[in-house]
Parts: sequence; C-alpha cells; structure tokens
Amino acid sequence: MAYIKKVFTKLIFVMPVLFSSLVFSESSDYNMPVGVTEVSESIFELHMVIFWICVVIGIIVFSIMFWSLWKYRKSKGAVAADFDDNFWLEIGWTVAATLVLVWMAVPSTQVMVEAYDDAEGEINILITGHQWKWHYEYLEDEVGFFSNLSTSQEQIDGEVPKGEFYLREVDEPLVIPTNTRVRFLITGNDVIHSWWVPDFAVKQDAIPGFINTAWTNVPEPGIFRGACTELCGIKHAFMPVVVRAVEREEFDAFIAEKVALAEEERLLTSKVWTKEELMARGEGFYATNCAACHQAGGQGIPPVFPALVGSQIALSDSARHIEILMEGVQGSAMAAFGDSYSEVDIASVITYTRQAWSNGENGDGVIVTPQDIVAYKNRIDL
Amino acid sequence: MSTVVESHDHGHHGPAKGLSRWLFTTNHKDIGTLYLWFSFIMLFIGGAMAMVIRAELFQPGLQIVQPEFFNQMTTNHGLIMVFGVIMPAFVGLANWMLPMQIGAPDMALPRLNNLSFWLLPMAFGILISTLFMPEGGPNFGWTFYAPLSTTYAPSTVNFFIFSVHVMGVSSILGSINIITTIFNMRAPGMTLMKMPLFVWSWLITAYLLIAVMPVLAGVVTMMLMDINFGTSFFNAAGGGDPVLFQHVFWFFGHPEVYIMILPAFGIVSHIIETFSRKPIFGYSSMVYAMASIAILSFVVWAHHMFTVGMPLAGELFFMYSTMLIAIPTGVKVFNWVATMFRGSITFETPMLFSIAFVALFTIGGFSGLMLAIVPADFQYHDTYFVVAHFHYVLVPGALFGIIAGAYYWLPKWTGNMYDETLGKLHFWLTFISVNVTFFPMHFVGLAGMPRRYPDYALQFADFNALISVGAFMFGLTQLLFLFIVIKTIRSGKQAKPEVWEGAGDLGLEWTLSSPPPYHSFTVQPQVK
Ligand code: HEC
Ligand code: HEM
Ligand SMILES: [Cu+2]
Ligand SMILES: [Cu+2]
Repeated sequence: MAYIKKVFTKLIFVMPVLFSSLVFSESSDYNMPVGVTEVSESIFELHMVIFWICVVIGIIVFSIMFWSLWKYRKSKGAVAADFDDNFWLEIGWTVAATLVLVWMAVPSTQVMVEAYDDAEGEINILITGHQWKWHYEYLEDEVGFFSNLSTSQEQIDGEVPKGEFYLREVDEPLVIPTNTRVRFLITGNDVIHSWWVPDFAVKQDAIPGFINTAWTNVPEPGIFRGACTELCGIKHAFMPVVVRAVEREEFDAFIAEKVALAEEERLLTSKVWTKEELMARGEGFYATNCAACHQAGGQGIPPVFPALVGSQIALSDSARHIEILMEGVQGSAMAAFGDSYSEVDIASVITYTRQAWSNGENGDGVIVTPQDIVAYKNRIDL
Repeated sequence: MSTVVESHDHGHHGPAKGLSRWLFTTNHKDIGTLYLWFSFIMLFIGGAMAMVIRAELFQPGLQIVQPEFFNQMTTNHGLIMVFGVIMPAFVGLANWMLPMQIGAPDMALPRLNNLSFWLLPMAFGILISTLFMPEGGPNFGWTFYAPLSTTYAPSTVNFFIFSVHVMGVSSILGSINIITTIFNMRAPGMTLMKMPLFVWSWLITAYLLIAVMPVLAGVVTMMLMDINFGTSFFNAAGGGDPVLFQHVFWFFGHPEVYIMILPAFGIVSHIIETFSRKPIFGYSSMVYAMASIAILSFVVWAHHMFTVGMPLAGELFFMYSTMLIAIPTGVKVFNWVATMFRGSITFETPMLFSIAFVALFTIGGFSGLMLAIVPADFQYHDTYFVVAHFHYVLVPGALFGIIAGAYYWLPKWTGNMYDETLGKLHFWLTFISVNVTFFPMHFVGLAGMPRRYPDYALQFADFNALISVGAFMFGLTQLLFLFIVIKTIRSGKQAKPEVWEGAGDLGLEWTLSSPPPYHSFTVQPQVK
C-alpha cells in the first residue's frame, strides 16, 4: 500500500510536467497552431504568455499546498497553530493577483485591437453557412460556389480505409490570393454555424440575419483546413472549411475561369434540354445536395425527412414541386434552393426526383425544364 | 382549534411508514435524502449517456450511434448533469445540513419543500421520455441556441420547454425556502458573520437562483411563442434576432455555473478546517469573495459569445470583467492553502477529495482565465479546450465537492462510519480517471477538435482513445461509490456525535447524536 502511494504521489507530480512539455514545443501537434498570419502568430504568443503565467502561479500555489500537506501532517506529530487571519497577507495577495491580471490584460488588449479591424478588404468574400455546407461568393466578381465535404460515406462508415484528410477535405476549396487583404463577410442561411480556420486565427459565427466580418492576409501559398464550430444539426462535423491561398496571378486566372463558367451556365439555361440530360445532371446534384436528408434512394428518414419516393408532390404536382425547391418550406429543414443555384440545377433535380426510382412509372411524367424555372421566377417578380 | 394541540402526541414523532413516508414527507432529512438519491440516480443516467458519447468517440468514424442520436446524447447528458445531478445534490445537502448547522428543527416551509422535490422527477421524467418518441429528444445542445432549437427543432422541444419550466419552479421554491430558513430560524447568537460557510454559500446561491431562473423561464417561453404562436423573437426571417437568444440564455447561464460551484466552496471549507484541525483562514474574506463572485457573475455573460460579432468595446469589457472574477476566486484558493498551512493534517477520504478539489478546480480556473483572453478565445472557443475547462470545474470541482460532503456527513446521517479503505480506493481511482479523461481534452482542443462532433479527423485519434478509456474507468469507479454508500447505510462502525476528532467545536451539527433526531433541534441551542 505504501509503495502504491509513493508511485501515485510521483505520478501526480510527473503528469503535468510531462503534459506541459508536450505543449511546450512550438511545432507540437497538441498545442494551438502558430498559424501563418501576423495575427495568428500574435495570438499564439499571447496564448503562450498567459499559459506560462498560469503555470508559474500554479507551481507556487501547489508547492506551498503540497509542502504544507507534507510538513504539517498529523502522523508526524504536527500540532495545529491557532491563527485564522492576517490582514496584510490577505491585502497582499489580493493586490498581487490584481497586478498579475493587469499584466495579462495589457498584451491581450493590444492583440485584440490588432485582430479587430473591419475596414474593407481588397477582396471581399461573402461566406454563407448552410446545413451542411459552405457557400463562397466573390463580391467584386459576382461569382460563387458551394463547398461540400468530399470524404465518402464509405470512409465514415469504416467500409474503406480512411484517407489522410479524412473529414478535412472538400470538393471545392475557397481560393484566396496571398499578400492581399481579404475580408470575409460571414452569415448563415438557416441555423448558426461558425467559420473557423485555425491557421488564420479566424473564427466567426455565421448567424442568419447578421453579417459578421473578419479578415486575413496570408503571406505564403498553401492549403489551410478548418471546421464548423457551432452546433448546426446532424452534419455539424461534416462541413469542413478548406482554403487554398495562391499567388495573385493564379487567383486571377481562377476568377476568370469562374466568371466564364457562370456565363456558360447562363447560356445553358436557354438551351433545349432532353429528359436524359436533365436526369444525368440532376442525379449528381441530388447526391450532393439532397441525399443528406432525403437519402440516396429517396426513402428519406421519416418522420424527420419525408420520402420523395411516392410523394404526391413528386408524382403529380409539378407546380408545388417547383415552389418547394425555390422557396423551401417555412419553419422546416427544407431550405430554399432557388437563390443559390442556377435554373438548370433546379430544373434537373426536380426532373430527376420525378423520374428516378419508382416515381417515373407511377407519376404523371411531367418534365421540368430550365425555362419553367425562368417562367416561375418571372411570375414571382411581377 | 386548540384541541389539535392537545391530541398532539410527542412520543410519536418519527417518520411515517412505507411509501407514504417519502411521498408526503415534510421532514428536512427525508427530503434531503430524496434529493440526494434522485441526484445519484441521475448521475448514472447522465453518466451512461457520457459512456455512449465516449464509446462513439473512441475511434474516428461512425461505429455505434448515428449523429442524430449522438446529438441527443450530448444534449441530455449536459442537461441531466447540470439540472439533475449537481443542483439537486446541493439542494439535498442543504436540506440535510442547513437546519442542523443553524440550530433549527426543520426547514421554514416544509410543505413547499416536499413540492420542490417532487416536481423534479416529473420534470426529468418528461425530458427523458422524449428520447423514446419517434422524433427523438432535444438535440440542440444543453445551451439550446435558437434557431436550431426553434425553427429547426424536433417537435419534442415543447416537452423540453415544459420540463425546463418545471425545473425552474422547483429551484425557485427551494431557494425561497432556504432564504426564509436562514433568515428566520438561526439559533440565538448566530449572527450573519458567525454562520457556517456552507450556510453562507447557500444563502448567496439561493439569491442567484431567484435572480436567474426567471430569466431561463423567459427565454424558453420566448422559444415556445416562436415555435407555436408565430412570434419572431429569434427568427431572423421575421425580423427577430438569434443573438438575443444567446444574451438572454447566458445572462442566466453564467450565474448558473456559479450556482453549481458556490455550495461546493462551502463544503470544502468545512472539510479543510476539520482535517487541518485549524479554523478556516480568512472567514470574512471567504464570505466577501463569494458575494463578489456572485455579483460579478451578472456582468460577464458575453464571454461565452466572443465570436458572435460584438463591437470591440464590448469584447474588451467582457474580457476585463471576466478576469476580475479571478481575484475573489484566487483569494478563496489562497485561503484554503493558508488553512492547511501549520495545521495538523490527516487524510481521510473527504479531505482527499477536498485537496483534489482545490488543485483541480484551480486548473479549471486557469483554463478559464485563458478563455477570458478574447483573442485567444477565438482559437479556443467551441473546441475541446472548453470541454476540458468546464469539466475540470464541474467534475473535480462541483462533483468532488459533493462527494467530499457525502463522505464527511455520511457518518452523521447514518450513524455508521464508512469503510475508509474503500473510500480511499474510490478516491484514487476517481482522481486518476478524472485526469486521464479530462486533461488530454485540453490538447485535442488546442490542436483543433471542435466540440459536439460525433466524428473527427485522424490526428485526434490517439488522445480520444485515451480519453474514452479514462471515461469508462471513471464511470465504473462510481459504482464503487454506490456500493460504499449502501454499505455505510446498512452497517459500519458506530459513529460518535462529533464523528471527526475535534469537530465538536466546529459546528452545531456535530453536537447532535449520529444519526441525529428526526426533528434536529427541538430546543434552540445558544451560540456564543
Ligand atoms: C436539410 C435537410 C433537407 C435537404 C438537404 C433537402 N430537403 Fe427536401 N425536405 C426536407 C424536409 C424536412 C421536408 C419536409 C418539409 C415539410 O413539409 O415540413 C422536405 C420536403 C421536400 C419535398 C416535399 C416532399 C413532400 O412530399 O412533402 C420535396 C419535393 C423536397 N423536399 C425535395 C428536395 C430536394 C430536391 C432537395 C435537394 C435539392 C432537398 N429536398 C433537400 C429536408 C431537406
Ligand atoms: C464520466 C464522466 C463524464 C464524461 C466522460 C463526460 C463526457 C462528456 C462529453 C464527451 C461531452 C460532449 C462533448 C461535446 O460537446 O462533443 C460532455 C459534455 C458536457 N458535460 Fe460531461 N462528462 C462527464 C461528466 C460530467 C459531469 C459530472 C457534468 C456536470 C456537472 C458534465 C457536464 C457536461 C456539460 C454541461 C456538457 C456540455 C453539453 C453540451 O455541450 O450540450 N459532465 N461531457
Ligand atoms: Cu456546424
Ligand atoms: Cu461563463
């Protein structure tokens, strides 16, 4: 028993030392990342300063405590003294504590002022949190896209081995130029999300009805991975953030390509689509945007997410079907897709859900085309 | 009505028999016992949920539960631990000890006391039943941020709202009773500044409860209106404000965290003075520290919301006010250490838990201080670093305080000494597993793992496995505690009235027999 006690006592002292040595090394995987921006570096340094102040206070307080416990144990014949206050001692440590806090508050305030700055950026990007993906829009160029988790469900379910960037990879990362002041305008579409990139030390809540701002200026190209940090529903853990910082020329080329794509998309709207073309496009769109709730086979997760197979709306009410996709269902998880996606996408996914599974045989066979969506929009605009 | 008095037979003042003793009891000890057992049972229910969480997080990937159920587990684990374990345990201890510590026969309002207790099983019955409904229980976190908890919530949220209302009523009635008892039933000579620290801690806590439970009731009522009656308090599409929810919630929420720690401060102070055989150092500064913590706790709430987009001045204000709380908290820690200094110390189980309380609660205090630093909080917020922080203050903080109090007073309550060897074993297993569970959470949090995630990236895998092992060990160890408590109730060495060497001078409770008479003090003692 005595031996076990000794080991335990040793362990108590060794554990914190062991752990803090892990934290100590700057490049450690178990400490806050230093990050790549000036702000993230200042924050890292501040974090370490505060940490070490706490460690020192801890060492002082705990040594006095454990020393007293050791020295004044009754089993060694200690007799209790009989004092129960000491005015100057109490004043002394209250003042000392206050001074230490002021010492901490000064650099904290400086770093805060440095990090907090909502002047315009050279590039302004509107970030919108959706259940469960991010939408990025370059405000100067009026182009945007969604960024979805690209880790497969099979990896999540453990059917295939997990890749290196398991849950930290997306189909389309946000691209930003290096050495440029980039400002993020952050908002939410449905519930509150939070956009976090540790290497930039940017974490801002994405709140419906509010636009928050944050900014960064990345010196070196690279890929930076982050996460959603505000509980936003079932797939909260499955909507990572990936940012690719590239040289200015590459960035300009990227934007030019996006602008061209958007133009192409507009042309596609006026094209005459066959059912097969719509189905093929709709299938892909469905898999990325609808299957999370309505499931790949359209069976849904009743009663939370209704089945689309056999749904009266999908079988026989194309007008209501368009309306639901365009406006969403107020007060439910079914969001409005109309503002965020092209007419072609909306038309193709509607056609797909009306024709896929058993709906094709059982339904009225109506095909919804991009022109129908344009017509719907015009009707609404009147 | 004077005939009633004549028929009063003073020989039969024991408890009623059978179930009706517990259903209709107005006795402070019986009600205290009910509260304590209720909280003990809830500890195992909430703990089982934590085990589900940790089993899922043992490895990356989804193995055991789906995210939807995982979210219900984190939510209900949090709600149950906060409202069903810590708070009722403290009320149970208050019921048992306040009358005995202030020299009163019972609580001032015994029937109200019965009602406050029996509301609780109903509230939690309702809450837990939602888990078995087709849409599932609340899944929006114990902080239930709108609009996830309103527009996007399962319809069982209405049961959740009702159950929060019932819990709130129970707490408010309990607090009214405690305040009334303390102000009206103290033994002659016991001035406010002679009250035992546990009594002080509860007086302050009761005021906090009365101040903030209505705020909680308000916020859930606003949710109810948004969900069912077409208002838009928190619905941006209707002109409402989702951030308003967080302000109102945390105006309740931050004082709430002090509600969960102040009574533990009181308990630990008694234990440290008993086993150091030396009066508590700085009694009056202990009282002032608790009072200033309580007052400051009303002006720090937005430190939970540093990332919602507040103006710079707001961020700085809440940073400074939060840092201020470290001063009275530090004073308390210094006082405990100074009490041990030059004492004559023994290490019975309650003392071991109290020493661990001081050390580990202080670690939670340090991480709290780090979290108060706004720019650094941008990196910590909503990661496992926060989970580590609040578990350090709640588990080795509040829960250790409760366990220490249970060991300290169990011989008084039952008349039997607990088994010291088993108690020490319980302590060491708990102490080790608590640290194995919660210490590594600091590192996974710093390394970037967000909280409330059912699945995570590969670089967090090693530490998560370790955390889960610690958690299972912690969970199992508490079965040993259950065993010890039952064993003590049924048998054990006969306890003396003062129980602990020299405790006779420390408080009125130690002048009563062990176990104490059914109506604690029928004749008021005189306090010098
Ligand atoms: C976040 C989860 C979610 C996503 C993603 C989602 N839906 Fe829905 N959907 C719902 C819910 C919930 C309802 C039920 C709304 C109600 O009536 O209350 C619904 C209803 C519908 C309906 C009406 C079904 C009926 O029979 O009432 C259709 C059609 C539909 N969704 C199509 C889609 C399509 C197409 C997509 C992809 C572009 C999609 N949904 C994406 C949650 C979702
Ligand atoms: C065996 C002991 C315990 C274990 C293993 C444990 C584990 C956990 C885990 C894994 C989470 C979820 C983290 C996440 O958000 O993803 C959590 C949340 C939480 N726990 Fe514990 N816990 C334990 C005991 C306690 C106790 C005793 C209390 C209260 C006094 C408590 C209070 C909370 C609270 C308030 C939350 C936050 C819930 C939320 O975010 O909605 N826990 N715990
Ligand atoms: Cu999220
Ligand atoms: Cu707080």
